[in-house]
Amino acid sequence: MPKVSLSVNGKAVSADVEARTLLVTFLREQLKLTGTHIGCDTSQCGACVVHVDGKAVKSCTMLAVQADGARVVTIEGLAADGALHPMQEAFRENHGLQCGFCTPGMIMTAVDLVNREGNDLDEQTIREGLEGNLCRCTGYHNIVKSIAAGAKAMKGKRRAA
Amino acid sequence: MYNFDFHRPRSVDEAVKHLQAEDAKLLAGGQTLLPTMKQRLAAPKNVIDLNAIGGLSGIEHKGGSLVMDKNAGGTVLRGGTLSIGALTRHAEVAESEEVKQAIPALAALAAGIGDPAVRNRGTIGGSIANNDPAADYPAACLGLGAAIVTNKREISADDFFKGLFETALAADEMILRVVFPAPGRAAYMKFRHPASRFAIVGVFVSEKQGAVRVAVTGAGQSGVFRVPAMEKALAERFEPDAIEGIKIDPSDLVSDIHAAADYRAHLIGVMAQRAVKAAG
Repeated sequence: MPKVSLSVNGKAVSADVEARTLLVTFLREQLKLTGTHIGCDTSQCGACVVHVDGKAVKSCTMLAVQADGARVVTIEGLAADGALHPMQEAFRENHGLQCGFCTPGMIMTAVDLVNREGNDLDEQTIREGLEGNLCRCTGYHNIVKSIAAGAKAMKGKRRAA
Repeated sequence: MYNFDFHRPRSVDEAVKHLQAEDAKLLAGGQTLLPTMKQRLAAPKNVIDLNAIGGLSGIEHKGGSLVMDKNAGGTVLRGGTLSIGALTRHAEVAESEEVKQAIPALAALAAGIGDPAVRNRGTIGGSIANNDPAADYPAACLGLGAAIVTNKREISADDFFKGLFETALAADEMILRVVFPAPGRAAYMKFRHPASRFAIVGVFVSEKQGAVRVAVTGAGQSGVFRVPAMEKALAERFEPDAIEGIKIDPSDLVSDIHAAADYRAHLIGVMAQRAVKAAG
């Protein structure tokens, strides 16, 4: 079996995996990091979005072996010292989640969007940035509000992930 | 997904050697191959990951000259050729200043593929080698008269796309880069499926020194194709109404749950006119 060595949320990890193991399966089943969700398993819904080397990717559409040597950050890696990440806090404040299933992917996508587009995001930019993330509660209105607020709150803070 | 032997070569030669193994597939961004393997529509015995090979990624602009562009607010580099490495991600093409200056239509096309996470993984070489009949890049290659450079030869876009998911690539051949000559003007207009974001119809139009290319994706039963009647009319007069009334035969077009062939035929005219207008 191929061996992978990578960094996950700042910790070095090494494991044997089957070649066909998806990154999301590896994170959830071998590392027990179940914050990353499997929604559609067809690259559409974005519930599985994590950051690989600083970029948002759908972890259901990448093999674990392809992450060898990479730096992976999941939703569990955002909060620091017992305090929520500003984007997580903004989702809480603005009622940006209903059932919560899509939330980890929404937040990882939102942080990636801020890293690319900056802290002042208009509604159009946010909605286009969320094209690969689906919310089956259709709670987009408050998700967009949360991301605008979270982006502002991230100003001057560490560029997480 | 069925299991497979995974290979991670460090050089093109090594990758090509692995290609000779039984039932081997190259893995670039994996945004099509992996979903296809999950559905068991593909079950290769050997998967060759190209991501550890150096020099397959990146964008290089050669030639061209600085011209004043009021819209861009200063001088920009125009003309020449853009060479894009096979492993260059869609997001890199979309954000590249070189691409935005030399072929803005190509940067805009890349920015409209899939969604941000897909664009962070998907590659130009993968898209072209896969030749999905609704993919965007084949329209850019054919619409700009690109050259596809492989480990063996250079293939013109006109000879490269052979049909549904079919290309001129031999079994032991892989794409190294794609070379786009910068046009005088160009635009791509896509009527996209709102969920998959693939083209229901996409039309790429370019003009260079009076020669016009019109390439259509999303609609043809045999994949991307050119429209000679529109090219001729636009070469005479590059205005949207020059192609008003040019009919596309729907018998060669796709009919599916998203759109009927005669609707796609109509859309080709509409999107081509919009592309000519956008190209200016």
